[in-house]
Amino acid sequence: MIASAVERVIRRRVDAGSGALVGYLPVGFPDLGTSVEAAVALVENGVDVVELGLPYSDPVMDGLAIQRATQTALQNGFRLAHGFQAVERIRARVDAPVLVMTYWNPVLQYGVERFAADLESAGGAGLITPDLIPDEADDWLAASDEHGLDRVFLAAPSSSPARMQQAVASSRGFVYAVSTMGITGARADVDAAARSVIARLREAGSTSACVGLGISTSDQVRDVLSYADGAIVGSRLVSALADGGVSAVAAVAAELAAGTD
Amino acid sequence: MSLRHQTGPYFGSFGGRFVPESLIAALDELDAAYSAAKADPAFAAELAELHRTYTGRPSIITEARRFAEHAGGARVILKREDLNHTGSHKINNVLGQALLARRLGKTRIIAETGAGQHGVASATAAALFGLECVVYMGEVDTERQALNVARMKLLGAQVVPVTTGSRTLKDAINEALRDWVANVESTHYLLGTVAGPHPFPAMVRDFHSVIGVEAREQVLALTGRLPDVIAACVGGGSNAMGIFHPFLDDESVRLVGLEAAGDGVDTPFHAATITKGRPGVLHGAKSLMLQDADGQTMESHSISAGLDYPGVGPEHAWLAEIGRAEYRGVTDAQAMAALRLLSRTEGIIPAIETAHALHGALELGRELGPSGIVLVNLSGRGDKDMETAARYFGLIDAEAAARAAEHEAGR
Repeated sequence: MIASAVERVIRRRVDAGSGALVGYLPVGFPDLGTSVEAAVALVENGVDVVELGLPYSDPVMDGLAIQRATQTALQNGFRLAHGFQAVERIRARVDAPVLVMTYWNPVLQYGVERFAADLESAGGAGLITPDLIPDEADDWLAASDEHGLDRVFLAAPSSSPARMQQAVASSRGFVYAVSTMGITGARADVDAAARSVIARLREAGSTSACVGLGISTSDQVRDVLSYADGAIVGSRLVSALADGGVSAVAAVAAELAAGTD
Repeated sequence: MSLRHQTGPYFGSFGGRFVPESLIAALDELDAAYSAAKADPAFAAELAELHRTYTGRPSIITEARRFAEHAGGARVILKREDLNHTGSHKINNVLGQALLARRLGKTRIIAETGAGQHGVASATAAALFGLECVVYMGEVDTERQALNVARMKLLGAQVVPVTTGSRTLKDAINEALRDWVANVESTHYLLGTVAGPHPFPAMVRDFHSVIGVEAREQVLALTGRLPDVIAACVGGGSNAMGIFHPFLDDESVRLVGLEAAGDGVDTPFHAATITKGRPGVLHGAKSLMLQDADGQTMESHSISAGLDYPGVGPEHAWLAEIGRAEYRGVTDAQAMAALRLLSRTEGIIPAIETAHALHGALELGRELGPSGIVLVNLSGRGDKDMETAARYFGLIDAEAAARAAEHEAGR
């Protein structure tokens, strides 16, 4: 099977002796235009894959930094259609794959097939689905195959070997290795659990596994990339955008990207 | 097909497990422990003994003759869950899950609460079993149910006001889920209703089905036949599932769930999830929910904090879909009138949640006429609602209250 764009980018960075930096920002925070500029700034400052979050009313996997931002985006009038517009505008400006991170209900309401079709048209690479496990994902597995989209499922420290295998077999692009039992947010230590999750994903046959949750410094990025194929940073970037705008996001992205050298 | 033997994870197309992967191991563990407990006579015996010596089960039934005069002359029979320890049906589920938590070796329980009834019941069980207890409660609800916050604290629980989102029950559930993801090894999430991911909807229903099992025998003994209709209020739907479930295969018995219609189901201010909602995923299960076109959860509205929830348990969504149960809306004003009517005709002050079911009983009795029998789940008592009721009916002398507050402040 032909590797997806996300897999190719990750492979290129791994083959060069490092790994990929995945950067998360929510659409519509603080407004649509600024969120597009900030995502562009991520790529221009060394982020390899953009993870674009769709604000949702009940984000159970997110810590306070991301909750505050997505709640602001909703209050400022975020609509699902803005998600597709943002993907299109970012793709027109920079040549990095854009994955959309979304809770499942918005996709369900839009229509799984219609969502996949519109995401493909907008130039999106696929979906990261934090509250959808492969067991419940039949419609999405079919639609993502139909439209050639990546589907990133999660693997956790508590996942059984059978579930690790299912995550690897069901995912395309990469498997999202949850570094710790918890939610998004910067942490001083990225758990030793992350190393173990990656090792178990390798045993299950994964060749593309990225670590997320708690990563906020270039040292942590470097450390994670010594055993994983990619490092995912979210809350730190969101906080930078909240506190210092696009220029602060650019500076933090550049700092984090130093960890991929 | 027997409707009574649905064990999940799906009820028709509703139910499932829409949660982060991190929680799947804990849900599998809980599912296995619950299956083992169901097959273990010692578990059932221990729970039954707790109910006999602590909850006060079986709860009695009371025929409401003076109230029934307003219900078209039909017989109205109340199942008195308000007489349980802690004042509502919630204790049935809490004791069952606390026993399971102990079997699982968990030392900490967390719970969400709206009106505070489930939080109080959870804090009570934690005190009884020596477990650490944290209750998440929307900041808005901590304000309108201050007395229950004090009760939980007195029982030794930590109450965490949730300040994100709409700051009500749905956000308290989100926060409890976040806590659970981070602390799942030591912690059991003692979910308080028949919603959430499998196995919660079936398990919580089973723990509450004691209501219907007792009521079925009691009504038969009193009247010589089954009731024509059962009325119960529905927020998440636990007391209704508990009383409906043993009757699901009794085709002659109509099951009617009464939802909170707030200002009216045709206004934006209601919590009538089944009447007005669409299928969607919220809090770990596919069910009906109040949502906008983009799938963002909408805020619900009800004078009753316990029914103020934009989702509903998946088994109710299924029973509505197949037509086995009917669901109707009851407005704030209708519920409050029924609350006052029961107080004045029977000397029983019901919870505002329960008052929705009582209004339903009035309507249903009038539809049935004098030959009908209506069984109502009197799910909770009204003590916690006295401030709301006093304000609603203008029963507090505002000036005297202000003077008392001044006096208090001056001390």
